[in-house]
Amino acid sequence: MTVTPPSVSRKTDHLDLLESHAIFILREVVAECERPVLLFSGGKDSAVLLHLAVKAFAPQQLPFPVMHIDTGQNFPEVIAFRDATVERTGARLVVAKVQDTIDQGKVADPGLMGSRNRLQTVTLLDAINDNDFDAAFGGARRDEDKARAKERILSFRDVFGQWDPRQQRPELWQLYQGKVNPGEHVRAFPLSDWTELDVWQYIEREQMELPEIYFAHERDVIMRDGMWLAVGPFVEPRDDEPVKRLTVRFRTVGDANCTGAVLSNAATLEEIIDEIVIANVSERGATRADDKFSETAMEDRKREGYF
Amino acid sequence: MDVITKDLLRLATIGSVDDGKSTLIGRLLVDTRQLFDDQMDAVAAASEKRGVGDLDLSFVTDGLRAEREQGITIDVAYRYATTPTRKFIIADCPGHVQYTANMATGASTADLALVVLDVAAGLKEQTRRHLCIAALLGVRSIVVAVNKMDAVDWSQIAFQRVVDEIETLSRRLGFKSVNVIPTSALLGDNVVETSTNLTWYQGPTVLEALEASEAGAWEHTNTQGARLPIQWVLRQPGGGRTYAGMVCGDSLRVGDKVTLLPANVETTITGINFGGEPIDEATVGLAADIDLEDETSAGRGDMIATKPLPKMVNEIATTICWFGEKPLAVGQRLRMKHTTKVAPVRVKTINGVIDIERLDVDESISLGTNEIGLATLQTASLMVVDDYRSNRVTGSFVLIDEATNATVAAGMVGRASFL
Repeated sequence: MTVTPPSVSRKTDHLDLLESHAIFILREVVAECERPVLLFSGGKDSAVLLHLAVKAFAPQQLPFPVMHIDTGQNFPEVIAFRDATVERTGARLVVAKVQDTIDQGKVADPGLMGSRNRLQTVTLLDAINDNDFDAAFGGARRDEDKARAKERILSFRDVFGQWDPRQQRPELWQLYQGKVNPGEHVRAFPLSDWTELDVWQYIEREQMELPEIYFAHERDVIMRDGMWLAVGPFVEPRDDEPVKRLTVRFRTVGDANCTGAVLSNAATLEEIIDEIVIANVSERGATRADDKFSETAMEDRKREGYF
Repeated sequence: MDVITKDLLRLATIGSVDDGKSTLIGRLLVDTRQLFDDQMDAVAAASEKRGVGDLDLSFVTDGLRAEREQGITIDVAYRYATTPTRKFIIADCPGHVQYTANMATGASTADLALVVLDVAAGLKEQTRRHLCIAALLGVRSIVVAVNKMDAVDWSQIAFQRVVDEIETLSRRLGFKSVNVIPTSALLGDNVVETSTNLTWYQGPTVLEALEASEAGAWEHTNTQGARLPIQWVLRQPGGGRTYAGMVCGDSLRVGDKVTLLPANVETTITGINFGGEPIDEATVGLAADIDLEDETSAGRGDMIATKPLPKMVNEIATTICWFGEKPLAVGQRLRMKHTTKVAPVRVKTINGVIDIERLDVDESISLGTNEIGLATLQTASLMVVDDYRSNRVTGSFVLIDEATNATVAAGMVGRASFL
């Protein structure tokens, strides 16, 4: 038998280790749980997560569907990216709409302009129940927020979908155990140990596609609550909010009415990485109104079952 | 700007409650400018709201409402830092005895333990417990911050007394590298900035010691054999199958003679893939998939290994950290998760409990919550194991309560040399 002589051993760098760790987690959860699902928003973190999932199971098809919790207040570029990515990967897409939750009378309608951010939790938990999912992969990272910094890689949720930060399962070594009783589920966060910079470096290394709004472009914006919001169907300028046309990009992607743009000329991945290296405001601090309500906004939402 | 990738050091803070672990990590992150402006503002605002001064550095990692209200750490916080020479994953662990399971969670993947203790209090029982657990978990290097030096007027005598205690214990526990540093996390002395108050001390700061220590110790184990616990079988186009898993112990290369266990079938690696692409070598820590020359019926829970081979056993002598609410007793049934295999086990004998003060094994018929002891487990199926001292992946396991699915113990194959 002929065997190729071994090549010079390539040094594994920290991105290789993070990548393999994430792939390992994806495989463990798929092996231990009955019905996993991958939560896919079309943002950069979930795009990386889906990319890793494809790698973990190549050349087979993804052994689970992807699910978008659709608030109906999306950036159109992100929905276009979602659909293109799902088609390219051959994944099965489940869309759970916050509008349906509102129509069923389960939550109050905040109106066209009102924030639907917190309402998503109800839609998400209903969708997990209705589909009998026992594991949901999410792209959350521990460097995003101080409550997320406390969460396990496999995070147990009771039958109400709640996270109890005082009763987390010990999680030693890389022994992830995802067994749950009926009605309970786990959230699995393969990107837990990735930082924002790691994500961008990985996107550059893998030459991944992303929604255009991550890159610098001209847009009509208004200043509201200290953030530049894109003028559009969900953000109407008030009388005291002059519309400006500026070169901006989005550092995170959430609902159009609570995700702020940052002033930036970074139009390529390389320029974005340079910008992040010297940034002095955090990703969520720069761009998310939903975290500014209180000191423990994220912890409170996570306890209820948020992403 | 040139952003190169760097090596990665995983560290866990250990030590008793109130000796200043979270404050020291807060200081380390603030003084190396890892915190964004809005995060600093949030820490300042939270400090003011709770009337604890301008900037309570422990709030950098104590992010839960209950932690800030009680002024303690309940669960591990993971923080990330980058300096010009390396990247750090920091697990800031709780000090209270009731949260020992959380401390063990943080320390189980650490290359290094950063021990923080109060110079005036010396080595408390809880610090000894944590050092003992860190040693059991295979941590070989420790950096010891003898903290609150400002409260003893920067006294060299006070420092030296603690150094002697630590060195005696460290020798006993077999740490390979021990660096003891006088600090004041509160004032910033010798954390990142060299102290001007401690002129009698010539050694490194905490940051310098962390930057100089060995990275990747957790992935690189001492075993000479390579192991790949099979996670998942991938069907290849054309009908073949490959075996996916994370490589540990040593690299696997195309052409390597391997043994499939527990079937004990010898075969050869004919191909290695990563992410669907062929590669020649799977290095330690890589989640690869492997093609074997012979047709096998291998599946999840089996192991591919090179010589020297792991042992195949259905009775295992183990060291156990017990986290269950009720004591662990002989005859108890549990589920074991070892590598990618889950199997029922029964406690055959309990061979003793470790006395943390004397580091000796006392006779016992049960293990109480947060006690560490020795037990022999009988397994329902054949397990493929290495001694924990030679491989942290194939020598470790957790025990799971069959009714609640809760993780109730961390276990290691074999026993530490210091016992």
